Amino acid sequence: MQSDEQRLAAAVVTLEGIQAVLVSLRRRGFRMIGPTLRDRAIVYDDIETIDDLPRGWTDEQDGGRYRLSRRDDDALFGYAVGPQSWKQYLHPPRLRLWRARREGQDARIEHDAQPDERLAFIGARACELRAIEVQDRVFLDGPYRDPHYEARRDGVFIVAVNCAKAGGTCFCVSMNAGPEVRQGFDLAITELIGDGEHLFLIEAGSDAGRETLDEIPHRSATQTEIDAAAAVVAQTAASMGRQMRSDDLNDLLMNNLEHPRWDDVASRCLSCANCTMVCPTCFCTSVEDASDLDGAGAERWRRWDSCFTMDFSYIHGGSVRASARSRYRQWMTHKLATWIDQFGSSGCVGCGRCITWCPVGIDITEEARAIRATAAATGEPS
Amino acid sequence: MKDIAALLREHPFARELGDDIVTLIAGCARNAIFQKGDYLFREGAPADHFYLIRDGAVALETFAPGCGAVAFLTVKAGEILGADWLVAPYRSSFDARAVELTRAIAFDGKCLRGKCEADHHVGYEMMKRFIPPLVQRLRLARLQSLDA
Amino acid sequence: MSGPVSINVAAPRADPMAPRFLTVRRRIRESADVATLYIALDDADAQKFACRPGQFNMLYAFGVGEIPVSVSGDPALLDRVTHTIRAVGAVSSALVKLRPGDTIGLRGPFGGSWPLEDAAGSDMLVIAGGIGLVPLRPVIYHLLRRRADYGRVSLLCGARTLDDLLFRKELDAWRRTPDFQLRVTLDRADRRWAGDVGYVTNLLPKARVDLAETVAMICGPEVMIRATAQALEDIGVAPTRIFVSLERNMKCAIGLCGHCQFGPHFLCKDGPVYCYDRVRDFLAIREL
Repeated sequence: MQSDEQRLAAAVVTLEGIQAVLVSLRRRGFRMIGPTLRDRAIVYDDIETIDDLPRGWTDEQDGGRYRLSRRDDDALFGYAVGPQSWKQYLHPPRLRLWRARREGQDARIEHDAQPDERLAFIGARACELRAIEVQDRVFLDGPYRDPHYEARRDGVFIVAVNCAKAGGTCFCVSMNAGPEVRQGFDLAITELIGDGEHLFLIEAGSDAGRETLDEIPHRSATQTEIDAAAAVVAQTAASMGRQMRSDDLNDLLMNNLEHPRWDDVASRCLSCANCTMVCPTCFCTSVEDASDLDGAGAERWRRWDSCFTMDFSYIHGGSVRASARSRYRQWMTHKLATWIDQFGSSGCVGCGRCITWCPVGIDITEEARAIRATAAATGEPS
Repeated sequence: MKDIAALLREHPFARELGDDIVTLIAGCARNAIFQKGDYLFREGAPADHFYLIRDGAVALETFAPGCGAVAFLTVKAGEILGADWLVAPYRSSFDARAVELTRAIAFDGKCLRGKCEADHHVGYEMMKRFIPPLVQRLRLARLQSLDA
Repeated sequence: MSGPVSINVAAPRADPMAPRFLTVRRRIRESADVATLYIALDDADAQKFACRPGQFNMLYAFGVGEIPVSVSGDPALLDRVTHTIRAVGAVSSALVKLRPGDTIGLRGPFGGSWPLEDAAGSDMLVIAGGIGLVPLRPVIYHLLRRRADYGRVSLLCGARTLDDLLFRKELDAWRRTPDFQLRVTLDRADRRWAGDVGYVTNLLPKARVDLAETVAMICGPEVMIRATAQALEDIGVAPTRIFVSLERNMKCAIGLCGHCQFGPHFLCKDGPVYCYDRVRDFLAIREL
């Protein structure tokens, strides 16, 4: 929560100011990633100017449904989140871990250099900042740090956006992960558009952010503008597409591992793994070893994996989680319950992607509600 | 609609069992029906019941990571199901799952043990009928595990 | 295979995903599909790769792949790391074929170990089912080496047949060891065998330990672990004094790939050795 002091230090910029931010980042050698319109979705990609942003577009999201439509204004950020997250840049889908060469009985490992580019994320939402925080804990706080995540994460410049529109499947409020951006950003923007005006309230959240703000044309925000920005965020918070009680999920789910609802969701789940691909916190990977035809060269690669695959839990000639029921249960209980035991916080940030991108519209908030309803009715674990 | 004692008399378990004992143990019994896939008891849960299978079939299973549910015996019409209720700590050793629609007479284990304890003549008549199927089952389990 | 342009030959710092290449010094055929490899360690490597009983390494067959394998040797012998491997898939089959002088990749040690220091002063009841004897052999070496630190020691071993029984030379030596009880039982036997036949829990009434205070360590197939731990509980061993070693699919061994999860536990870093009390309820959940 920003203090009144910080609020009063908030500035206002126009479209030119936002463009100036991008120019400044470019000049300082950042590779800028932001939302773009491609394949009838809003996807993160390299951007150069504000013209690359999906200006004037919005999205309609529901269970298994994602459509873009034109707004009646030119808002730069008038949509919720698309199918991907920043995860693909910090935790790459495919990565070579090392190469090896063997000569007789001698073998040695060769590592690729870590990338030396610096990333700038333009338009990151509160739920996404929380997701990055969650993955920071996974990759940087354990007994083994992931050097690949660390190399990419180091020095990322984040221009965050306070959502002016809640997505149809959003429930960040339930997960206490938004819609207001509170920490983990360098600059935070709230877009104010209407009555012929198009302005951005902009706040710095770090020294790097402050330096960038100082470089670009801006003026102090008026109290009216500050209030307007707060109202935008409040309106978003009040219009969440979904809701999920989240204070009791660890006990609720772990006490109901044989609940009949798991059979119910299994009859609908295709085990397509979409949810794990679009989820901004899912981190599971697999390792692939390969060799040259002559056997003298070998490589080890790491790629994203999903607990929904049959291979994932394979031991002794079979999968431990052979049924779709057990695999869905694994995903949901890990995300909402055991993640808390493992990393001290929920794995879910309420972004709603798993609901939107499930081909059959399975809704994690509805599943939790259904389990809670019956568990409560019997007054004891099912 | 037959009463439970009548159903009991139809089952091989009650063959040549005196009417007085049939009536007595029927007090511990009720009619039970299981749909295909229903579990009659689960591994590790309290072993509360003893079943006489009237028709249908029940698979005895355990579960192993990588193999899933492994069945090692099916208990069929005319047979008895459940031995853990006889022996402390009265805990089911395996899963019992109906593999088709199954009708059974379900006895409350505690009730039946109580009646056997209270009247040893009743107890012995019960044991005479439990032991042979269990010995047979043990014999066949040996042959089955020898895999020869 | 393509990738980034620049290459560093040496890792800037130790990479937990990169194996160290070592040399197989000796190979022992234990049974039709099981072999033990002694992998040579020089003094510098001995510090890095010293494995406590219960830990495992990721063994890499060049170009084929990597699997987790428990250490199976004497932890006091620092000039080597010992692994006993059963050939069940492509990687393990490649590993059991390695000969003295061959190169093997090794990452580790990973995982926690059997709580042998904490158990000092107690009776020790070690129960092995089939291949479960492999992660327990280092325990026996330790108990025999530090015999005075423990009360009564008993090893109960179950195997399918005589041909499946591992480490028979050691078992013979242990049988002759004073102040150490060894009972072996087979699931079935021909006339070569004059010993016990029957399920391993049949041996429990014969265990010469104080059940009320003994520490128990169990390893074997998970059904056997469940049945044995339950049987121990039934005869008065507290679940807090029973330890088990569990197994799940593993890829990274460093707690980051997610494969080895068992409820809230990552077996590679929270386990694979657990106090039974902590995992008892999870073992009862099918397909967890």
